[in-house]
Amino acid sequence: MAGAAVLGGLTWRVATVTAVVDETPRVRSLELEVPGWPGHAAGQHVDVRLTAEDGYRAERAYSLASAPGEPPAITVERLEDGEVSPYLTEDVRPGDALAVRGPIGGYFVWRPDDGGPLFLAAGGSGVAPMRAILRYRRNSMSDVRARLLYSSRTLEDVIYRAELDREEVVHTLTRAQPPGWTGYARRVDADLLREVAWPAEDDPLAFVCGPTSFVESVAAGLVELGYATGRIKTERFGATGGP
Amino acid sequence: MEALDGNAIGGMLYHVFGGEMTMAQAKCGHCRARGPLAECEVYLGGPGVVVRCRGCHNVVMVLVEVREMTCVDLGGLSELELPARR
Repeated sequence: MAGAAVLGGLTWRVATVTAVVDETPRVRSLELEVPGWPGHAAGQHVDVRLTAEDGYRAERAYSLASAPGEPPAITVERLEDGEVSPYLTEDVRPGDALAVRGPIGGYFVWRPDDGGPLFLAAGGSGVAPMRAILRYRRNSMSDVRARLLYSSRTLEDVIYRAELDREEVVHTLTRAQPPGWTGYARRVDADLLREVAWPAEDDPLAFVCGPTSFVESVAAGLVELGYATGRIKTERFGATGGP
Repeated sequence: MEALDGNAIGGMLYHVFGGEMTMAQAKCGHCRARGPLAECEVYLGGPGVVVRCRGCHNVVMVLVEVREMTCVDLGGLSELELPARR
């Protein structure tokens, strides 16, 4: 694959939006059809480029939210002052075309041979690559244990809620909780990680994705628990105002 | 400005180096720490992309796109070991 990729480079392709899924009031998934798509690994991302009428370009990276073997899909959270996400979450319709390049990345990638047990920690839309990993684990009938710790602002902000109900997921709701909520109701801290993460003795493999502050605190907490630094994969997407 | 990490510029690096680079091992020219580019600090907000060592914050790489050309300064790196291509 890389041999061809080196010769061909990483080119911008025209993707057609085949479906738009409203995940939460602020988050949408876009399913894409990309002619010549070479397939992707769980955890990889694509760059999306928008070009304005005056030629101004903006590019953003979005994790692939679909499993290897499935058509590419991205999940986009609307940032009020964003250059790209308002268009992708409000204006795009099925049939529209987008410029994409990818798949990209080799570090934040899980393959069944990498084993586990998997400890996944996601803040907000950082759950997108976790869906790819969890789906791939399921589709490949891997027997690797996987647990997702997922931090959202409110229950309404939980992305892929129905799908995640089939997985081992521990939710924490940091801003507001529905009546009768018995789960965690605070930002992820060392005590919470101690209760939720696999013990370090199991030599877990951790993937952490979310806003920078979330990733920093989870990664530091896992190191404190004794996780090997080489077994903690991190991906930061900057501030979003939460979770 | 908040730091991202090397994953965020995986596409740009691929474009410049002709292959997957987030797993490339970078050695800081200042503190000599070594690790995958994916784990470096990346600042995207300026006119160029600034990549810093996560340990000592030394600037290890600067990339500036001017029209269709990407200018790359690797002056802060002492080694860059490309990942095995598969």
